[in-house]
Amino acid sequence: MDSFSGGDLASASSGRDEEAVRIEDLHKSFGELEVLKGVNLTARKGDVVAIIGGSGSGKSTMLRCINFLETPTSGRIYVGGEHIAMREDGTPANRRQLERIRTRLGMVFQSFNLWTHRTLLENVIEVPVHVLKQSRAEAIEKAQSLLKRVGLGDKADVYPAYLSGGQQQRAAIARALAVDPDVMLFDEPTSALDPELVGEVLTVIRDLAAEGRTMLLVTHEMKFAREVADHVVYLYQGRIEEQGAPDQVFDAPKSERLQQFLMSIN
Amino acid sequence: MSDLLNMLGLAQSAELLSLSPPGWGGNLLRGLLNSLQIAFGAFGMGLVIGLFGAYGKLYGGPILRDLLAVYTTVIRAVPELVLILILYYLGSDLINKVSEAMGYGRVEISGVVAGIWVLGVVQGAYSIEVLRGAIQAVPPGQIEAARAFGMPPFMLMRRVTIPAMMSFATPGLANLWLIATKDTALLAIVGFSELTLETRQAAASTRAYFTFFLAAGALYLIVTLFSQVIFGRIERWARRGQPSLRGGTR
Repeated sequence: MDSFSGGDLASASSGRDEEAVRIEDLHKSFGELEVLKGVNLTARKGDVVAIIGGSGSGKSTMLRCINFLETPTSGRIYVGGEHIAMREDGTPANRRQLERIRTRLGMVFQSFNLWTHRTLLENVIEVPVHVLKQSRAEAIEKAQSLLKRVGLGDKADVYPAYLSGGQQQRAAIARALAVDPDVMLFDEPTSALDPELVGEVLTVIRDLAAEGRTMLLVTHEMKFAREVADHVVYLYQGRIEEQGAPDQVFDAPKSERLQQFLMSIN
Repeated sequence: MSDLLNMLGLAQSAELLSLSPPGWGGNLLRGLLNSLQIAFGAFGMGLVIGLFGAYGKLYGGPILRDLLAVYTTVIRAVPELVLILILYYLGSDLINKVSEAMGYGRVEISGVVAGIWVLGVVQGAYSIEVLRGAIQAVPPGQIEAARAFGMPPFMLMRRVTIPAMMSFATPGLANLWLIATKDTALLAIVGFSELTLETRQAAASTRAYFTFFLAAGALYLIVTLFSQVIFGRIERWARRGQPSLRGGTR
């Protein structure tokens, strides 16, 4: 097995200084366009890292490089101290290693991406049963308690298309939690939601942050980022322009661009 | 019953169609069974070719993609009757050449196997396009989510892509199945005793062309109606979780 396993350690204070995710000198180009120009970032266990920035700043791309949904052009990615092997061209060198690491990263997408031909319960048990080979009965029991936790206990047998965006996103969070992830990756989880549905999703995420979960959160919700994050990273044109504690980043931004960015969204 | 048939002047037809000799009904049903066997085999073979071909066209390297493009283009360009003649004689010739070279002499090729092979190759070309379109219609986010959770490629195909594309593929596949049942009639040209050839023989022997071809038409119609019920069910199952376009009902 790996040096550590499951979520037990994640909340234990002794594991606090262990690194959960490390990104080293990450570059990513789409053809001619260089979206990431050398990003370095470390998240320790239990950290909540909020990644902010304007559109096109590369924040989503950075997050998606962590689990290789985008293949980096160059750089190194470590998850739980383990380097994800990659070839010269950035494609993963060891499919099995990547798949194993991916099961420890619970991802939540902007557009939910629930499997529409499966009910909420089926969505939540899919990965535990088929990828992690857990017993079906156990997975169902756990899925039901997770759905209850995100306020969807009575919707287990409903198909996603019959639910609101906020409900779908909460189900997607339950699906990500079902694998007991070491790190949760949130890719703009509220950007596709109607304003009145944003709150219910943020409540669930806030709850997870309070629980000591390690999270990387790409978001446009500045108030929320300030409230839940331990560390805020501001990306500008593919580089980290400024980072630090939320108070410092939001109240005393040093970079002129960050000042302008904060002005523009308020 | 017989009085009624007499009154309608159908007594003779009923006799001709009776299942036991001298009636020809049994021959017709045997022909139908052969037709269905071939249609089923060819459709299945087409699905297998179609699935691998669709994946090859979508994810394969340039050489594989080119080969598949040649296959789908040529098969869809040439009339099926011509293809059947080419593939049938080419196939049996090749097998015999191989068999002779190995010292076994000429072999008798089973009509059913030959029919399945010939129509399967034709069906495969159309299936590739139906399934390719269906796979492309699957929202990429659903495939991405499966990848993000560490699902290996084959499991992803089985658990996510295929179930998600089924609702897009079913109408096209239903078409292909119905075409398969009727393409079997073309095999009459190579002397395979499917429904159409049996019908022709019965009609020629009795001079009751109208009776027998009408009966064969009815049999094809029954197959179609039955297939529609089955595919209707499959489509309802495949569309589970998708609200009806008509709205209202769940």
